[in-house]
Amino acid sequence: MSTSTTTTMDAPAPRRAAWRVTGRWVGITGLLAFLVAPIVPLFIWSISFRWFYPAILPTEYSGRAWAEVLNPNNDVVGVAWNTALIALVVTMLSILFGVPAGRALGLYEFRGKRIVEWMILAPIIVPGLAVVLGIHVLFIRAGLSNNLLGVILVHLVPTLPYMTLVMSGVFANYDTDFELQARSLGAGRLKTQWYVTLPAIFPGVVVGALFAFIISWSQYVLTLLIGGGRIQTLPLLLFSFVRSDPAIAGALSVVFILPAVLVLLLSSRYLSGDNAAVGGIGNI
Amino acid sequence: MTSKLLKTSRTGLPRLSEKGARRLNIALLLTPAMALILLLFMGGLVSGFLRSLGYFPLIGLNDFNLDAYVAIFTDNGFIRSFILTFHIAFTSTLIASILAIAAAMLLRPAFRGKRFVHFMFSLNLTIPHLVGAVGVLYLFSGSGLMSRLVTGAGLIDAPSEFPAMVFDPWAIGIIIQYVWKEIPFIGVIVLAILLSVGEDYESVARSLGANRWQAFRHVTLPLIMPGVVSASVIVFAFTFGAFEIPWLLGATFPKALPVLAFESYTDVDLAARPQAMAMAMVIAFMSSLMIFAYMKLSRRYIRS
Repeated sequence: MSTSTTTTMDAPAPRRAAWRVTGRWVGITGLLAFLVAPIVPLFIWSISFRWFYPAILPTEYSGRAWAEVLNPNNDVVGVAWNTALIALVVTMLSILFGVPAGRALGLYEFRGKRIVEWMILAPIIVPGLAVVLGIHVLFIRAGLSNNLLGVILVHLVPTLPYMTLVMSGVFANYDTDFELQARSLGAGRLKTQWYVTLPAIFPGVVVGALFAFIISWSQYVLTLLIGGGRIQTLPLLLFSFVRSDPAIAGALSVVFILPAVLVLLLSSRYLSGDNAAVGGIGNI
Repeated sequence: MTSKLLKTSRTGLPRLSEKGARRLNIALLLTPAMALILLLFMGGLVSGFLRSLGYFPLIGLNDFNLDAYVAIFTDNGFIRSFILTFHIAFTSTLIASILAIAAAMLLRPAFRGKRFVHFMFSLNLTIPHLVGAVGVLYLFSGSGLMSRLVTGAGLIDAPSEFPAMVFDPWAIGIIIQYVWKEIPFIGVIVLAILLSVGEDYESVARSLGANRWQAFRHVTLPLIMPGVVSASVIVFAFTFGAFEIPWLLGATFPKALPVLAFESYTDVDLAARPQAMAMAMVIAFMSSLMIFAYMKLSRRYIRS
């Protein structure tokens, strides 16, 4: 793009094209380097033993951080499972409540639909901190603070609207005639849902669920406040090591990233910018 | 209303009309999700709002007043925080949008390895903000990797000579982190529009004598603008209210608004709580402004 200004109008066309290709690759390389850069020191820290300023690379390497992080006798593995378990339950609840709501929004026009849409969009756009203080006050009174149930419920604030939004997009492109045909051929309600509806919406559900999982997996302040320090998750653990032990923090970061990359690998086929799955992930 | 929807069937029992059945169906599908969202999100907002007005029966405050709002808006620290937070959100959103458009233009044409490059581009869509923040800290702190590289090149001799990019009053580290994270977010949305629109309109403009810049400015940009605006709104609202990034990378003074709100809330002095709630309401208000602006803008773009 920038090359067009550096070439003169009378330069021969092939040379201009060659410049343009070179410029593009310089741009792409720079872009990817910038996007990967913050991840690099995390990897290096995780295998470093001695890495004092001004050494550009560690002077001694060690597997200490990894041994500690992966040691089943330490809390890290347990905390990682805890985080995954919370995210799993949150995802299941989001599917359970979000799929029906998405169906209503995607398939039907009804009075008050816009209000319902705004109520679903609001939790996606309004930052968690703005509501979690108020939620905390309510949860203290309801006995939901400092426990697992409260953390799971508060994680639904970003995930459920997200799941609903994704499913509403899926159902907007869904043809209910297939269900009617199955019914007229004698299939019952459940059979129709199982053999007709589910296969049609399955990819959408999977993508929505994967992202709901990651949204819950990466929550920090909601867990910190509602969990009150009793509920440990990976983000909280990572934060506590950032200043005190960069090697452990580096290894924890890599563990923390893994599911995220996995999710992207699994869903990249279905991700294009015009679908709701992308629009809602501003808050991961 | 219900009587109109009920018909009497042949057996004499009331039966739902088709319209009534449809309404019931919609209500049944929506109710569980909406109940949860109302209870948690709206409940949290309303509860926060009441507390911000001084209604806090738990700690013996029972009347409504605007004391908390008066207190924060006359407090220099809050004003500084608000300005800083606005600067963080505005600057990050602006830089990320411009770079995202440039990146999307760069990634649009067919080239070898395009699928791999697109994958790498979208890689940090799912990488949590917190990890990015830790990475930025280890890259840009005084003894971070960048500082070591600059030292290795002989430009500086000590960590203290490296320009302050984290814990700094201009929030440079925070902005770098947001730009890093949001370029792919906005970029993927813009790229999808670019790929679905194709290059035909631009070719027509070019063949009619427009130069590359004119074709971009008057043909491509208006096409991608709705996508850029909607993504930017989400980014602005997020960066205005995100907690963990300024919590990790921010200066001790002034603090970003979400950090200030959180600290006031967890302060041992319970009297600071209504103020914390008022700050949370300011954040909520700013994001509702964003939603409103988004509605206005998107309607204007659709009309034109």
